[in-house]
Amino acid sequence: MRAFTYERLDGDSAARRRADTTDSAYVAGGTDLLQLMQEGIAAPRALLDVSRVGTDGVTAELDGIRIGAGTRLTDAIEDPTVAARLPLVAEALAASASPQVRNMATIGGNLLQRTRCLYFRDVTTPCNKREPGSGCPAQAGENRLNAILGGSAHCIATHASDLAVALVALDAEVIVERRNGERSIRLADFYRLPGDTPHRETHLEPGDLITAVFVPIAATGLSSRYLKLRDRASFEWSLVSAAVALKIDDGEVTAARVAAGGVGTVPWRLPMVEDRLLGRTIDVATLQLAAEAAAEGVDPRPGNAFKVPLLVNAVARALAAVADQELAR
Amino acid sequence: MNAPALSAVIGQPVSRVDGPAKVTGTARYAAEFVPDGLAYASVVSATIPRGRIRALDTSAAEGMPGVLAVVSHRNAPKLPYLERDQRPPVDPKSGDQLRMFQDDKVLFNGQPVAVVIADSQQEADAAARCIGIAYDETEPTTTFDPGRGRPPSEETAKGGRPGAAGRGDGAAGLAEAATTVDVTYVQAREHHNAIEPHATIAQWDGDSLTLYDKSQWVQNVVVEIAHVFGIEAGKIRVISPFVGGAFGSALRTWPHVTIAAIAAKMTGRPVRVELSRRQLYHSVGFRPHTLQRVRLGAAPDGRLTAILQDAAAQVATYEEYAETTLQPAETTYSCPNVATAYRLVEMDTNSPCPMRGPGIVTGLYALEAAMDELAVALNVDPVALRLKNHADINEKTGLPWSSKALKACYETAAERFGWADRIAAPRSMRIGTDLVGYGMATAIYHADRAPAEAEVILFANGTAVVRTAASDMGPGTYTSITQIAADELGLPVEAIRFELGDSTLPMAPVHGGSITLVSVGSAVAEACAAVRQKLEALTGEGSIAERLRANGLDRLAASAKASPGEETKRYASSAFGAVFVEVRVDEGLGTLRVKRMTGAYDVGRVINPKIARSQCIGGMMGGLGMALMEAAEWDPRFGKVMNANLAEYLVPVCADTPALDVTFVPSEDTVLNPLGAKGLAEIAICGVAPAIANAVFHATGRRQRHIPIRPEDLIGT
Amino acid sequence: MPVDSPVVPVALTVNGKPERLEVDPRTTLLDALRDRLHLSGTKKGCGLGQCGACTVLVDGRRVVSCLTLAVMNDGASVTTIEGLGTPDALHPMQAAFVACDAFQCGYCTPGQILSAVALIDEGHAGSDEEIREHMSGNLCRCGAYANIVEAIRTVAGQEG
Ligand SMILES: Cc1cc2nc3c(=O)[nH]c(=O)nc-3n(C[C@H](O)[C@H](O)[C@H](O)COP(=O)(O)OP(=O)(O)OC[C@H]3O[C@@H](n4cnc5c(N)ncnc54)[C@H](O)[C@@H]3O)c2cc1C
Ligand code: FES
Ligand code: FES
Repeated sequence: MRAFTYERLDGDSAARRRADTTDSAYVAGGTDLLQLMQEGIAAPRALLDVSRVGTDGVTAELDGIRIGAGTRLTDAIEDPTVAARLPLVAEALAASASPQVRNMATIGGNLLQRTRCLYFRDVTTPCNKREPGSGCPAQAGENRLNAILGGSAHCIATHASDLAVALVALDAEVIVERRNGERSIRLADFYRLPGDTPHRETHLEPGDLITAVFVPIAATGLSSRYLKLRDRASFEWSLVSAAVALKIDDGEVTAARVAAGGVGTVPWRLPMVEDRLLGRTIDVATLQLAAEAAAEGVDPRPGNAFKVPLLVNAVARALAAVADQELAR
Repeated sequence: MNAPALSAVIGQPVSRVDGPAKVTGTARYAAEFVPDGLAYASVVSATIPRGRIRALDTSAAEGMPGVLAVVSHRNAPKLPYLERDQRPPVDPKSGDQLRMFQDDKVLFNGQPVAVVIADSQQEADAAARCIGIAYDETEPTTTFDPGRGRPPSEETAKGGRPGAAGRGDGAAGLAEAATTVDVTYVQAREHHNAIEPHATIAQWDGDSLTLYDKSQWVQNVVVEIAHVFGIEAGKIRVISPFVGGAFGSALRTWPHVTIAAIAAKMTGRPVRVELSRRQLYHSVGFRPHTLQRVRLGAAPDGRLTAILQDAAAQVATYEEYAETTLQPAETTYSCPNVATAYRLVEMDTNSPCPMRGPGIVTGLYALEAAMDELAVALNVDPVALRLKNHADINEKTGLPWSSKALKACYETAAERFGWADRIAAPRSMRIGTDLVGYGMATAIYHADRAPAEAEVILFANGTAVVRTAASDMGPGTYTSITQIAADELGLPVEAIRFELGDSTLPMAPVHGGSITLVSVGSAVAEACAAVRQKLEALTGEGSIAERLRANGLDRLAASAKASPGEETKRYASSAFGAVFVEVRVDEGLGTLRVKRMTGAYDVGRVINPKIARSQCIGGMMGGLGMALMEAAEWDPRFGKVMNANLAEYLVPVCADTPALDVTFVPSEDTVLNPLGAKGLAEIAICGVAPAIANAVFHATGRRQRHIPIRPEDLIGT
Repeated sequence: MPVDSPVVPVALTVNGKPERLEVDPRTTLLDALRDRLHLSGTKKGCGLGQCGACTVLVDGRRVVSCLTLAVMNDGASVTTIEGLGTPDALHPMQAAFVACDAFQCGYCTPGQILSAVALIDEGHAGSDEEIREHMSGNLCRCGAYANIVEAIRTVAGQEG
């Protein structure tokens, strides 16, 4: 690791020092940033510790649920409001990382974790995300873990967060503190597709501090399922995941929220799947037809083509599971 | 004292004697010694697969805080690297080992090219990243292309890894067969990934060198480093009381041990070299990527008429590591016609090395998967096919087995598993969305023994110390040897302290190949017998303590050496086993979970059933990883393993654990050694991967002829 | 204020004992424990959060000590394996690990034990399946998982 200065920030937002230069960074749980620093991928000269700025905790508000950016994943999972009204989020988090990492990692940090693409994580190989213009070896290399949706000739790295997949399905917003006030950015607009600037991953501006994520009331209290597929039974990022939340009234779908992980360069909402569900009467054929829309627009590589059927089947299975829950309600 | 002592502790499920040290964190592993003035090293690895170092800029690094030295080929001492009279069994028989910082050549991506030594690990690591290296690259050879395979050299062949072997006439046997299979299997490159990283602390005191090292063979480290530096072996001491797993990766003395000694010499400080997880993928060995073709022929009654097995394995360019991959083809079954062909495929990579069950596990994977295919082709039960072809003698050597209870293994495991409930047709068993598959395979691993020495000291306070330079990387050597000594001396386990892992102790062979218990155990038993003889020559009666005191002695010592004898010329020895597996496959989601595994083993006399069971369940988990997860993702463009960590190189986690059932069938092999044991580290991983692969076929009706078998292979179409 | 000096002070309570250290800010909690306090019972397996060998309790919660800086834990209370029991007076979980032979090489073991102690505290010892899932952040390459689960079940049963 390169030498850096360390400062612990407190709750006083007005006087706050900001990570607004390229060589400064916030650190919250540290569970991704320290990996990046140990492996020489990130080398900040100033580390601003935001773990005690007081942004932790979950609050049920009139128009939705707010999860503080500093909330540790474990605390979010165990929060009664999250458990009762955002089960999709709780399930996605419970399937993330390990108990130890969940005790450290924060909601804000989770959304900003960097990709697991093998080339990004190995500083000796080119990577456009790490070193713009150096190339993307994943295109014709080991791309089993890479994206089949949203990629470009410059980058096919997946976004690794499970939480973000659940949240994008729920129309969540990211609450950001800027020097001149607070902003709210829809998670759906928060991440950038790689295009020809894969090193720019979000629409955050230098110095922006995430203070919370907010899930609007309409997306809460839905029956849901986060189905995560991986090579081993636990402690692995998603190969493919499906986040599904539905409301079915009298056999008819009145709310459908579907997204997928492990497949997109950003957390991938599946509006086409939702369209094939909304207003329809639930039956096996409808669910299957809807799930098949998940494969719309895929651009697989030889190493990850298997993710296409896996995605469709995962979505189908998750839809069926939620439909069953709803019908049993 | 000639009659063996009444067995009071041997065979008992004694808890590990080193258990309290391990569970309290007081057991000390190589990186954890703290000599005064310890400095820290960070190794710099090459980033090209082949070429030369054109320029090396160390100026920035040298000026960084805390940095004591930067060592590379430019300033490292020229080392003699003397050739050893005889290469140790853990080293390749031909080629040249990697030499540290002796020239500007880069032979593979990841080769150590420099080392930074600093006051702290943080400072060393930071400086290591600031070393600028320019290379002249030459065209590397980085693809695994079996077409380029060449036979092993003469030295390697003489070492039991011939290019061709067999008996009878393979082609004729195949021609006369009523049923044949001809199939090709691929096995991925696998890494040991013991949880303890390799580490060495080197400390010079004048011209004497102490090394705290992660090692499965401390005395070989002494000889090796003596040859590298051209110094007397007597000046070197290697200490390694605990080894945090190794599975073969610490058999050899790897280059980082030399680096530690160079670094300590050049800084005049004790230096610690601890490799990062990423570095482990190119700094020690691995199980080589191997492709195998198996052709089997059988008569209508299922008797094998031919076994033809060819293997092509990757190998480094500078050194020739070869495996006994094709030995199971010659020994597992009775068959008049056997032909094997072994090829090595040179690549610019670090050198592979033995990994648990080396060679055998690889060959057995292909052979046992092919036997399953033959059973299907013949429409016979896989167990029945194996019984039909049971090898009553070792047909490779023509020698009788010193003991063999394989039939009992099949019978016991099948019974406990409930094999009779299997519906033979594939895809015929289901639970919910899961297809259910049952599969089985034979396990075999040759049982060897090597000379060993031990010393036993009795004390007047009624305790005893047993000493030998063995290692315990986890199989329980500390405990089982203590049990043997307890029985031989008639003392309680608590009264005995067993010292190992120090090169100054009596001679012990390598801690590998499942030979430790029988080799070292036999020496300890003899040393105990010798000391008892001395004791009996003393006057007086009563306990050991009483007799020593009666004779005015505060201690009584004896040493012994035990060696295998003529029996190895008259008998073949092997451990055997049968492994049965149930898998559940969800084709929609590409998920495969091993539900349960049953193994029955013939390992001779079991010294400690509790620890022996642990060995077996550990082997089963290792086999599960091999079958379903473990694969180095090699990118030929860079000539390196891309998933060089523990997040993307997957090994089983707790949630992957199936129900595991282990039985030891009654067996005793007093021919191999007086203890009657056969050793069991390797046998436990043998047969697991093919049993799983065979179960996957039974579940899905689709043959996967490669491991690992992953979601992409299973997802239904 | 930002700290520019090459070393910064850190106060920790380790196994009940107050410790004051001057550390290079780059020092992880793991390295501080192992290399500075010489509490080498906490193991380093990967340094990247991927193996669990470095698991300790910080303010009662299990964390991987390799992914947090010592300075980030200023004022925290840390429990390492050395704080649980001694060879002569084992903690019940340590005793159960010995009795169930829940390890081989022992290198992952301190991390497994701290994880196991925390797991019971968290209330995750309800079933073998739950134990297995909540122990999955601790790799054991020797493959002792089945015995680890048994050890935890035993202790949970005694406490429950
Ligand atoms: C072994 C392992 C396995 C894992 N498995 C999974 C998995 O299966 N699924 C999954 O989703 N994740 C997984 N993770 C990732 C883990 O969830 C993230 O590392 C974690 O959530 C990051 O949170 P943190 O607080 O530790 O972030 P840090 O590491 O502290 O920070 C991450 C990034 O976010 C920035 N940041 C942090 N907080 C803020 C803020 N408030 N405002 C602005 N910027 C901020 C930092 O500057 C940094 O760039 C795994 C991690 C590990 C180590
Ligand atoms: S060393 Fe911390 S998780 Fe591996
Ligand atoms: S006991 Fe060796 S890694 Fe767990």
